[in-house]
Amino acid sequence: MKPYLLVDFGSTYTKLTAVDLENEYIIGTSKAPTTVETNVLDGYDVAFKRLMHDHPEIKEISGISACSSAAGGLKMAAIGLVEELTVEAAKRACLGAGAIVKIVFSHHMTKREAIKLKEANIDIVLLAGGTDGGNKECIIHNAKKLVDIEIDVPVIIAGNKDANDEIEEIFEESNIEYYIVENVMPKLKKLNVKEAKHIIRKIFIEKIIEAKGIKKAEVKIGEIIMPTPEAVLLASELLSKGYEDQEGYGELMIVDIGGATTDVHTIGEGFPKRTEVILKGLQEPFAKRTVEGDLGMRYSANALLSLVSNYEFKKYFEADDNCDHDIRKSLDRRATNVDFIPLTKDEEEFDKAIAKICCDVSISRHVGHVEVVSTPLGNMYYQTGKDLSDIKYVIGTGGVLINHQDAKKILKQVNKKSDKLLELRPNNPSILIDRSYILASMGLLSQKYPRIALKLMKQYLL
Amino acid sequence: MKTVVIGVIGADVHAVGNKIIDHVLSSNGYNVVNIGVLSTQEDFINAAIETDAKAILVSSLYGHGEMDCRFFKEKCEEAGLENVKLYVGGNIVVGKQDFNEVEDRFKKMGFDRVYPPGMKIEKALEDLREDIGI
Repeated sequence: MKPYLLVDFGSTYTKLTAVDLENEYIIGTSKAPTTVETNVLDGYDVAFKRLMHDHPEIKEISGISACSSAAGGLKMAAIGLVEELTVEAAKRACLGAGAIVKIVFSHHMTKREAIKLKEANIDIVLLAGGTDGGNKECIIHNAKKLVDIEIDVPVIIAGNKDANDEIEEIFEESNIEYYIVENVMPKLKKLNVKEAKHIIRKIFIEKIIEAKGIKKAEVKIGEIIMPTPEAVLLASELLSKGYEDQEGYGELMIVDIGGATTDVHTIGEGFPKRTEVILKGLQEPFAKRTVEGDLGMRYSANALLSLVSNYEFKKYFEADDNCDHDIRKSLDRRATNVDFIPLTKDEEEFDKAIAKICCDVSISRHVGHVEVVSTPLGNMYYQTGKDLSDIKYVIGTGGVLINHQDAKKILKQVNKKSDKLLELRPNNPSILIDRSYILASMGLLSQKYPRIALKLMKQYLL
Repeated sequence: MKTVVIGVIGADVHAVGNKIIDHVLSSNGYNVVNIGVLSTQEDFINAAIETDAKAILVSSLYGHGEMDCRFFKEKCEEAGLENVKLYVGGNIVVGKQDFNEVEDRFKKMGFDRVYPPGMKIEKALEDLREDIGI
C-alpha cells in the first residue's frame, strides 16, 4: 500500500481523500469543519484523526497535495476597456484560475470606482484593455488610478503590450506589487489567458494563502498548490480529454451547486454545428467556468425571488408534492441560518426546488444562445457562446447534489427546454454524480498522477 | 502601422468583396481588423475602440445599407470615436438611384467617403492614404 493524501480546505469543510497509488483505489475520505479563525490545522487534524480511525490500515502517508477555497476563496477585480471584449477576457482569465470576480469595471476608471475597488476587500486586480497595437490610453489611465489610490493588493497587467513600458514606469515609482504578462486579448476576439492564469496561481500560492492564514498549514502538508475551483476544472479537463491510451469522456459539463454560488464548468469547443450559424463575440475558452454569485442553496437563497417569480418558483416543485410551501419564509429561513439541514420530507422537497432553479438558471447563463437573422438568402443564425447540445456527460457535485437522493432529477434541468429554444443546452446527456466528493482531489492528483486520477474518476463518478 | 476596421453590415452575408478589401489593404501597409459578415454597428464600434482604429470601412451589398447605417455616426460619437473616419460602399441603397443623391444622403448621415457600386478598392486605398496616412 502506498497512501497519498489529498486535502481540500473548503469554505465550510476541510476534506481529506486518501488514495492508494499502488493498488489504485480510494482508501477513504473524511471531513471536519474548516478552522480559519483559529488555526487552520485544527480542522485538518480532526479530519486526519477521523481518517486514521476509520482506516487503521494506513500506516504512513507517501505524499500530500492540497488546494483551498477557505476564507472566502480567491477574490478578484477584472478591469478592461469594452465590456464584451477585454473586460470579458479579463473575467474569463480570473474565472479560469479559480477566482470569484467581485468587481468589474470597463472604460476609464473614475475616482469613485477606484475607491470602491480599494474598499472591496479583493485579493488581486487584473488590468486589461486594448488589443496589441490598439488602444493604450485607457489602460494607462487606469494604471495611474490604481497608483493614485495606492492599491494594496497585487496588480496583474495583461493588456495592450504597447502600453507596458509606460505602465511599468508608473508602477515603478510606487510600492505596488505588479506583474506584467501577455495580453488577455492580443487580437480582436482572440482569447489568450494562459499566462494571466499562471501568474494568478503563482500569487495565490505565494501571497494569498499567507494573507488568509492558511499558510500555517504548509508546515504539515507542504505547498497548497491551487484554488479549489481550478482543481475541479483540471479534473474535468482530464476526464474529458483522457490520458495517453486511456480514452476520456469527450465534451462534458460539471455543475457544482454550493451554499453561496453555483459553478458550471464545460469542456469542449462548442463550435456551431450547422453551416448557417455564424459565431459572434469573444473566443470561448476550451475549459470554461462560470460562477453565479446569486444562485446558491443558503447564503444567496433570498436572491432567488428576484430571478424567478413566485408563480415560476412553484413550477419547480414535483407534481406529487402536496405541501403548501411558504416560499418567501422558507427561503429566508435558509438565508439567515446557513447551517440549515432539511429534516422533513417537505423541507427536502423545498431544497430540491431551490437546487433545480440554481441548476436551470446557471445553465441558461453558461450556454451559448442563437439569434435568428432573416437575410435575402433565408434565415441565418448568430451564435454567441458555446453550442453545448452534443455534451455527452453532465456531472453533479457540491453538497446538495451529493447528498440528495434525487440528484439526477435535479440535474435534468440542464436539458434542452421547449420554452428556452434559443439556448444551446445539452440534448439529454448521461448524468453522473460525484458521490464520494472527489473531483477537486482528483484535479490535485492529476498534477502528478494523471493516469490514476482518470481511472479513479471513471470508477467513482456514478 | 495604422489600423482600420472592415466588415459587412446588417443581415448581409456577402463575403467575397470583404475578403478582397482585406487583402488589398493588408498588402498595402494597413493593419486590417476584419469583423466579417453579419456585423452590427456595435461590432464595428467595439472593435474600433479596442484596436484604436483610425477608420471604419462599412460594406453592404444587399440593398438595405441605408437602414443599417442609420445613426452609425451618432453612435460613434457616443462611444468617443468622433475622429474615426467612416467609409461606406457597395450596393448601399434599394434599387437604382442617382448616385449623387445617394452620396449626399450618406454624407449627411456622417460618412466621410461614399462609394458607388462597382468602385475599385484602390480608390478607397488612395482616400485612406489621404485621410489617415499610412
